[in-house]
Amino acid sequence: MKTENQKAWFFVLPVLLLVAFNALIPMMTVVNYSVQETFGDNLFFWQGLDWFQQILNSERFHNALGRQFLFTGLILIIEVPLGIAIALAMPRKGFWVPVCLVTMALPMLIPWNVVGAMWNIFTLPDIGLLGYFMNHTLGIDYNMTQDPFAAWVTIIVMDVWHWTSLVVLLSYAGLVSIPDAFYQAAEVDGASRWSVFRYIQLPKMKQVLTIAILLRFMDSFNIYTEPFTLTGGGPGNSTTLLSIDLVKIALGQFDLGPAAAMSLIYFAITLLVSWLFYTLMNRDVQK
Amino acid sequence: MKKRYLIPIVYILFLMLPIYWLVAMSFKTTGEILAGFSLFPQTFTLENYKVIFTDPTWYWGYINSIFYVAINTVISVIVALPAAYAFSRYKFLGDKQLFFWLLTNRMAPAAVFALPFFQLYSAIGLFDTHLAVALAHCLFNIPLAVWILEGFMGGVPKELDETAFVDGYSFPRFFATIFLPTISSGVGVAAFFCFMFSWVELLLAKTLTAVAAKPIAATMTKTASSAGYELGLLAAAGALTIIPGAIVIYFVRNYIAKGFALGRV
Repeated sequence: MKTENQKAWFFVLPVLLLVAFNALIPMMTVVNYSVQETFGDNLFFWQGLDWFQQILNSERFHNALGRQFLFTGLILIIEVPLGIAIALAMPRKGFWVPVCLVTMALPMLIPWNVVGAMWNIFTLPDIGLLGYFMNHTLGIDYNMTQDPFAAWVTIIVMDVWHWTSLVVLLSYAGLVSIPDAFYQAAEVDGASRWSVFRYIQLPKMKQVLTIAILLRFMDSFNIYTEPFTLTGGGPGNSTTLLSIDLVKIALGQFDLGPAAAMSLIYFAITLLVSWLFYTLMNRDVQK
Repeated sequence: MKKRYLIPIVYILFLMLPIYWLVAMSFKTTGEILAGFSLFPQTFTLENYKVIFTDPTWYWGYINSIFYVAINTVISVIVALPAAYAFSRYKFLGDKQLFFWLLTNRMAPAAVFALPFFQLYSAIGLFDTHLAVALAHCLFNIPLAVWILEGFMGGVPKELDETAFVDGYSFPRFFATIFLPTISSGVGVAAFFCFMFSWVELLLAKTLTAVAAKPIAATMTKTASSAGYELGLLAAAGALTIIPGAIVIYFVRNYIAKGFALGRV
């Protein structure tokens, strides 16, 4: 049991101060911008909730939000089952375990703009490995700077390449924590491969999978650098995800008010979905 | 060999292909790259790497990045240690709310904070310093470090603390000489994840620096646009950014998977 001790606040204080400094002050700045209009020269006019209404009713925002949900949904549908499958197939002990772990974790440690640049070089139609293979060996017309569908496939495959390992590592951590006795008992009972997965492995992975899905949701929903480096949001607006659109409005057009309002709506959506998912998973755990 | 091992083997091959291509490109001359497709470098050259190691704007990019990543990792782990201890051992007013609030800071898109961060760090005179980037990255690294460390500390029985206090240990001495060595693998995992997320982040690092503390990733972006797209040079710079991560990951290979498994949501 934990003991009640209000002095514990002193232990938390440095963390609180540092994070609050980085979170609250910029957040207040954003809130400030979101209710004002500026024409430069530090002149601000009260605008009320106009920007929020404007953003919520704008087709541009709806489209970017739709693309964002499509992207996040697709990568979750691909990465989570794929990650589990790979973790299940991995060896449990021996020389190959660290080899697998190190090579699989490698993509996650590459700076995000390098990931984008790497995939750009990889997919160039005539001189990239993938681009050349698609166009000249398979004879499929593949050019992601012109074809929106190709651009979408490329950013999805890039994200699968970049982040599936996170799901693998977490699922694997859950799997190795299952004692051998569980499997032996299942064998004695004559359990099928599927029931072993459904009743032994999946429940053990549930906690880590919750973390994996939550992290993947938050990070993919906020993704900016990789798709921006790879496609720049194009061709046209086809891969302009929420963050890319936000930066276009804030730094490209310097519309600070609408950009700030959009940031807050964006943050609220992320928070809401994460909270819903978190509560849903936890309710199931307690049952 | 069992058939199911095909799955991880194919997956690892898929992971290695783009990396192979980047490395192969870095050994080619610009002429060869533009001339057409070749699976292996025909005219093997180290010219691209030579440029990076002799031009200060290039190699200082690496030094700057490593510098702020190191500062960030040290700050994050040091302040997260007592906080994680408090969360794992004590109940106090608002503890659950505080823990959740810390985690929500991972949910804010960095794009949201870019401009306010620029203004904040300019206002306090830290713009274009390593410390600015290191402090800014605390936003998402401290919550993560607290989360991981709390998980590891929760696995240490409370009796350890109580016995030490009965034996007359003061709190700081107990923490430094008994508790810290017990959770050393947790500290390693937390440091690894702080290193990782600070190393790969670019948007804030780029926003908060101009010349003196410019990260390698930003140098690359500028070169890509200004020097007329020198693919070989870009590939070499990219290939070099993989090395620090690879070294760090090798050292913590046995703990990576454990790090998250022990944490709680």
